[in-house]
Parts: sequence; structure tokens; C-alpha cells
Amino acid sequence: MISANLSAIFYLVSGVLFILALRGLSSPETSRQGNFFGILGMIIAVTVTFLSTGNFSTGFAFVLIFILAGGSVGALIAYRIPMTAMPELVAGFHSLVGLAAVFVAISAFLNPEAFNLGEPGNIKLGSLVEMSLGAAVGAITFSGSIIAFLKLQGIMSGSPITFKGQHPLNAIILISIIILIYLLCSSQSSNLFWLLLAVSFLIGFLLIIPIGGADMPVVISMLNSYSGWAAAGIGFTLENTALIITGALVGSSGAILSYIMCKGMNRSFFNVILGGFGATDDTSNSTNKEQRPVKSGNADDAAFLMKNASSVIIVPGYGMAVAQAQHALREMVDTLKKNDIKVSYAIHPVAGRMPGHMNVLLAEANVPYDEVFELEEINNDFANADVAFVIGANDVTNPVAKTDPQSPIFGMPVLDVEKCKSVLFVKRSLSPGYAGIDNDLFYKENTLMLFADAKKMTEDITKNL
Amino acid sequence: MEIDPLIFRLSIFILSIFVGYYVVWSVTPSLHTPLMSVTNAISSVIIVGAIIAGLSGNSDNIFNTSSIFGFLAIALAAINIFGGFLVTQRMLAMYKKKKKDKK
Repeated sequence: MISANLSAIFYLVSGVLFILALRGLSSPETSRQGNFFGILGMIIAVTVTFLSTGNFSTGFAFVLIFILAGGSVGALIAYRIPMTAMPELVAGFHSLVGLAAVFVAISAFLNPEAFNLGEPGNIKLGSLVEMSLGAAVGAITFSGSIIAFLKLQGIMSGSPITFKGQHPLNAIILISIIILIYLLCSSQSSNLFWLLLAVSFLIGFLLIIPIGGADMPVVISMLNSYSGWAAAGIGFTLENTALIITGALVGSSGAILSYIMCKGMNRSFFNVILGGFGATDDTSNSTNKEQRPVKSGNADDAAFLMKNASSVIIVPGYGMAVAQAQHALREMVDTLKKNDIKVSYAIHPVAGRMPGHMNVLLAEANVPYDEVFELEEINNDFANADVAFVIGANDVTNPVAKTDPQSPIFGMPVLDVEKCKSVLFVKRSLSPGYAGIDNDLFYKENTLMLFADAKKMTEDITKNL
Repeated sequence: MEIDPLIFRLSIFILSIFVGYYVVWSVTPSLHTPLMSVTNAISSVIIVGAIIAGLSGNSDNIFNTSSIFGFLAIALAAINIFGGFLVTQRMLAMYKKKKKDKK
């Protein structure tokens, strides 16, 4: 058994290692080392906990059994999961952190002696506040992430579910959570504790159902943040530095990612949280646009255009992930490169269903990361490029965002695809994107629409090159 | 008068938020997905609390309501720790630079 001071120092060390783990992600070269620091930090934290409890009886054996059981499930999932399913996986993992926080809080509430927090019915006030906050946020994270998971997995419809009085209801529930925490802390009643958990589960569910599929990058980042705050709340209860540091890191990380995602859509955080895109604007855009002429082509035309180009920019979006077209795309690019055509990739911040989703898919298909560029880095290059190949993206290329102040996406940063000499747009049909508006790009002189499945079209183009 | 230890923990918390703020802004956008999976893994350090909860029963009575919740939390956190770090590892291994000697 080691002293409380020594173990506190070790927890601090593991907190610092977690900071280094995130620091490593500033570049792909250092990232693998960063992940190693993270693993080391976790090993130290767990080992120190064992040593500080000094309890190596039968209970210890059961702890190991549960760690191994959970660990092998986790490892199995990590090796099996396809890269396209990463958003679902992350949402699922968030829900587990949330539920674990709830369980630890329940355990501490039922048996406060084990944590040095007082006796049941007479828990230290500060600890009780921290515990109930951690439990409430954990419960919200859990049920919210479950809904996000179901929506991403397609088990639940991705479209926003709204009903009358939704916002007032949510507001009432949120206020009642605060009142419940207050009452719980003054009465120490276990009934109120269970009620608090139930209400928190409910609000997590209600908060996420009105948010649509393409807003998932914001939702996942937000839940990431919540899972951090829940961990921090429990960290305060347990007086554990590693947990407090980690909670703060994860909390701010998720908050920053949500901010970046919102900025990528030029929408305020509240606008996203309060409900779907289409719901706010169903006005003028549907008028007489159907009639406008569209040029459409086949794989042969596309191959011809690309063969005669000297530079091509690829714009991937969520559709590429759905069609699993990333490998076919890379093969097409390989053929282009053999013909001495310069190829780069342009990624919009909100392309896909989570931050950085497209980058991972391209990396999976062996695309070198130094050929992949962010919006600000590449936007000026479109004017000098010969062909833009838009595959599975839509709203993020819509020039309306720059020209029409009436449009719901006005002001959103978009890729200047229309400045290319010609644009190849792979899409199944002319249907509007998530924002529910028509893409002006379809009707431009220099746009050639390729109506097909993204993967099949890409393969056909490669054959024709 | 002595300072409540809570204030020290609060200081650590606030300073860590700032550390997190600057560290996360320096993460390259192409690694945002691994960032999420690794934050997932590290926030499962909550397993520390779960272990204490799991070991709270005495030797004649390993499973009481409180420790059962602890054991469940251990399993959940372990899924996340192994899953999170391994999937991050898998993703990061895929990020490769352009081969210089091509052509």
C-alpha cells in the first residue's frame, strides 16, 4: 500500500501524460508517440489505484476479470470496425463513458464510506454536489449518445424529430434538474437521487432527437465535451487529480471541436442544438428551379476531361463514405498521376459525420496526408485547377452561400469549386442536400453532372482513362 | 486560516481547461477523428473510481449493490480504454506521407 501523497503524485504524472497524448496529435509524425503516452498514463493510473487500495483479496481478482472482459470486447470492436463507421463507434464510446460515470456516482452515493465521503444519508455537502453534477451530466451523455448512435447507424431516422412545445419542455426539465440537485443536497434523499438520474436520461434523449443527420459533427463533439465534464465531476468527488485534469482536457477539446464545426456551417451553437436546418427555412428556394437546364455526362466524358487536365482537385463528402468509394477513388487518382496530372484533395470542415471523418477515410485508402488540404489552404487553388471532382459533397460547394443573402446557408464558408475550368459532380440525382436547398453549381456552364453511384462511377472513369 | 483543498482542485481544473484549450487548438484538423477517439479513451480513466467502488465490499461480501455498480463501470470503462486506444492506434498507423522515391 502506498501513501496518499505518493499516489496523488502518480495521478498527476498520468494527467501530464494525457496532455502529451493530445499534444502529439499536432502532427501525424508525433501522433503515434502521443498515443503511447496516453496508454502509459492509463497504466500508471490503474496500477496506482490498485496499490493505494492495497486490497488484493478475491475482490481484486474480480476487478481483473471485469477489466479483461471489457478490454477484450473493446479490442475486438477496435479491430473489427470499418473506418466508415467511426462516427457511430465514437458515439457509442461516449455513451459508455457517460454510463460509467453514472455507475460510479451511484456506487459512491450508496457506499460513501468506501470513498471517504461520509456515511449514507450524511454525505459531505461538497461531494454530494459534485457527485450529482457528474451523475446528471453522465446520464445526459449516455442517453444523448445512444440517440446519436442510433441516428448515425441508420436504425433511427436521421431527420429531425420535432413536436410542439419541445423547447419549453426541455427548458422546464433543465430547470427541474437544477432544483432536484438543490433538494437532493439539502435532504440527502436517495429517491431524489434516482429521480435526478431518470430526468437526466430523459433530457439527454430529448435534446438530441431534434437534431438532423448532417449536424452530427456538432452533436458528437458536444457529447465528447459532456463526457469530459462528467468525468471531471466524478474526479472532484473522488479528489483525483488524473480524473480532474482529463475531464478538463476532454471537456475543452469537445467544446473547441463543436465550435469549429459550427463555424464551418456559419451557424451558432444554439441554432444547431435547437433543431433541424430544414425546419427553420422552407421558403422561397423551391420555386421553379426544376426547369433549369443541366448538363449531364457519363464516365467516358469525365475521363476525357481529366485526361486533358494538368491539375485536378478532389472534393469528397459524406456520400463518398456511404458509397465506400475511397479505395476506388484512390485507384482513379493513381491512374491520373501516372499521366502526370497533379491531384490534391480539398476537405471542408464539416464534410462527413464527424470532425476529420474524410481525412481518416482517405488515409485508410492510402492517400498520403500531405496531398490532403483544408478549406483555407486550398481554396485559392481552384481558380488555377482544370477539373474539380466533387464526390459525395453538396452543400459545402454551393456558391449560393456567397451570393444570396436570402439563403439559409449564406455566409457559410464554401469551397470555391465553381472557379475551376470544369466541374465534375458525382451524385445520384439532382435532389437538394441536407440544407434543403438547390445547389447552383448544378446549373453552371462548366459543370458536368455524373448521375451514378459514387463508387461505380469512379471505377468506370478509371477504366476509361 | 487554512485553504480548503477543494480550492486547489478547482485551480487544477481551471488551469487544465486552459492547457486543453491551447493543446487542442494546435491539433491538426486532419487528426480530429483520432483526437475524439483518444479523448474517449483517456476520459475512461474514470475506471479509477470504478475500481475503488468495486473493491468497496469486504471479503465475505464482495458483491453488494454498490460494488456491483463498480464492477459494471469497470467493464464499461475497460471497453473504452482498450477500444479507444487501439482504434486510435489503428487510425494513426494509416496516416502516411507521400513516398519521395515514387517515379
